[in-house]
Amino acid sequence: MTEKSSITLTINGRDHAIKVEARRTLADAIREDCGQTGTHIGCEHGVCGACTVIVDGEPVRSCLMFAAQAAGKQIRTVEGLAKGDTLHPMQQAFMDHHGLQCGFCTPGFLMLAVGVLEREPDISDDDLIDVLSSNLCRCTGYQNIIKAVRAAAKEMRK
Amino acid sequence: MKPAPFIRHVPKTLDEAVKILAQVAPQDGRVLAGGQSLVPIMAFRLAKPAHLVDINEIDGLDRIASDGTTLSIGACVRHGAFHKSVVGNPLGALLTFVARHIAHYPIRMRGTFCGSLAHADPSSEWCLTAATLDATIVARSTRGERPIPAREFFAGIMSTALAEDELLAEVRLPLLSPDTKFGFNEFSRRAGDFAMSAALVTYRLQGGKIAEARVGVGGAEPFPRRIAQAEAALNGQPPGDKAFRAAAEAAANAVEAMEDHQTSAEYRRDLVRAVVRRALEHSNR
Ligand SMILES: Cc1cc2nc3c(=O)[nH]c(=O)nc-3n(C[C@H](O)[C@H](O)[C@H](O)COP(=O)(O)OP(=O)(O)OC[C@H]3O[C@@H](n4cnc5c(N)ncnc54)[C@H](O)[C@@H]3O)c2cc1C
Ligand code: FES
Ligand code: FES
Repeated sequence: MTEKSSITLTINGRDHAIKVEARRTLADAIREDCGQTGTHIGCEHGVCGACTVIVDGEPVRSCLMFAAQAAGKQIRTVEGLAKGDTLHPMQQAFMDHHGLQCGFCTPGFLMLAVGVLEREPDISDDDLIDVLSSNLCRCTGYQNIIKAVRAAAKEMRK
Repeated sequence: MKPAPFIRHVPKTLDEAVKILAQVAPQDGRVLAGGQSLVPIMAFRLAKPAHLVDINEIDGLDRIASDGTTLSIGACVRHGAFHKSVVGNPLGALLTFVARHIAHYPIRMRGTFCGSLAHADPSSEWCLTAATLDATIVARSTRGERPIPAREFFAGIMSTALAEDELLAEVRLPLLSPDTKFGFNEFSRRAGDFAMSAALVTYRLQGGKIAEARVGVGGAEPFPRRIAQAEAALNGQPPGDKAFRAAAEAAANAVEAMEDHQTSAEYRRDLVRAVVRRALEHSNR
């Protein structure tokens, strides 16, 4: 074991003071040290996108960042999407369009889609397909995810 | 799969970074840029660096600047910076078109242009761009600054002319003449995967004939390079199917295609023919 250092991760506006080794990935820190288990881990090498979170406004793979690199930054995870009992338009659209089956990939897709649409609200439908090719889903066959994200994009532009 | 333990250094200036790198490089110290290649390799334990020099907190490394003849790209400029054109020159549109083919959106938010060159994957789109356009790669160490021409930079699969204590500080790309045409094409099995072959072409038209042709091929050999035989097949010819096919054939014949457990050299050679022709067709839009 190497030395742990004290850092503060700000997740969905709440500070988490934790002690981590340099090698601790952001994904593991969010789940294990901060107890926010909505962020899922699939491959741990950047391929599946299940671990996608938003860091300082950018959707990123949290398995490819070290926790210490995210100290002082604004981290957003799936737990921060809903406002009380009101789902985020993206979550509502995934329900309405059956954009999930087992749900394992869903937090990653939600943070990917929300992250990109907040940066580029007017992104074209074709470019959205390219964006959604970033993450893997073993259940849905993607069509309903695409439908859901397109519907939510319209809603978010209002 | 978790990375092995390491010590993370967080320099605030480039000078500090090269000093630390000089100290830790002999103990398997490395630069950490976007982490989009290094962290997966560490997760697989293919690399177990004892020290990482994290350059993400150095001010000014995300700088993109043009002086009218050259575009300078700093060590922390991410792939995503090129989603929109960064310069009012055909080079800006070229970089935007190419960037879209690199990995996926979230990976492009972190991965860097310079990191791609330092990593030197044979299929890297930015390595192909640097080779085709004859970029200059600027290495920094405690010994000073060393400009390296792209054709001397790549040394093999994931191997470059950078010494272990050298940090890739900046890449300089020549701006293109305003009338430059470009085309790009790559073949990969899935969206966002590394290309099995890729081609980038640029040329100008003089009196309806191709001039100053550049044909770069990546993914087929251990590192990307310009293919002189294909360029010769284009120069002086009118753009069109005949010249494009001749150039594609010349490129396919010129490459010493790599083989792996999935693809034969012959198949890769066929891909080179296809991507060069498609890149040329793309240029003629
Ligand atoms: C799923 C997936 C798909 C991908 N697909 C593609 C693709 O299609 N095409 C493509 O080109 N890339 C692809 N990549 C890789 C990605 O583009 C990386 O960002 C890039 O290869 C390396 O850049 P980085 O900044 O992330 O470097 P890092 O991962 O931080 O570093 C990579 C290597 O370069 C060294 N290094 C980095 N910066 C410097 C520097 N300034 N000076 C000296 N040494 C340095 C590091 O020490 C390390 O050895 C993919 C990655 C993933 C995870
Ligand atoms: S767990 Fe991060 S991309 Fe798969
Ligand atoms: S819903 Fe099961 S993996 Fe996507």
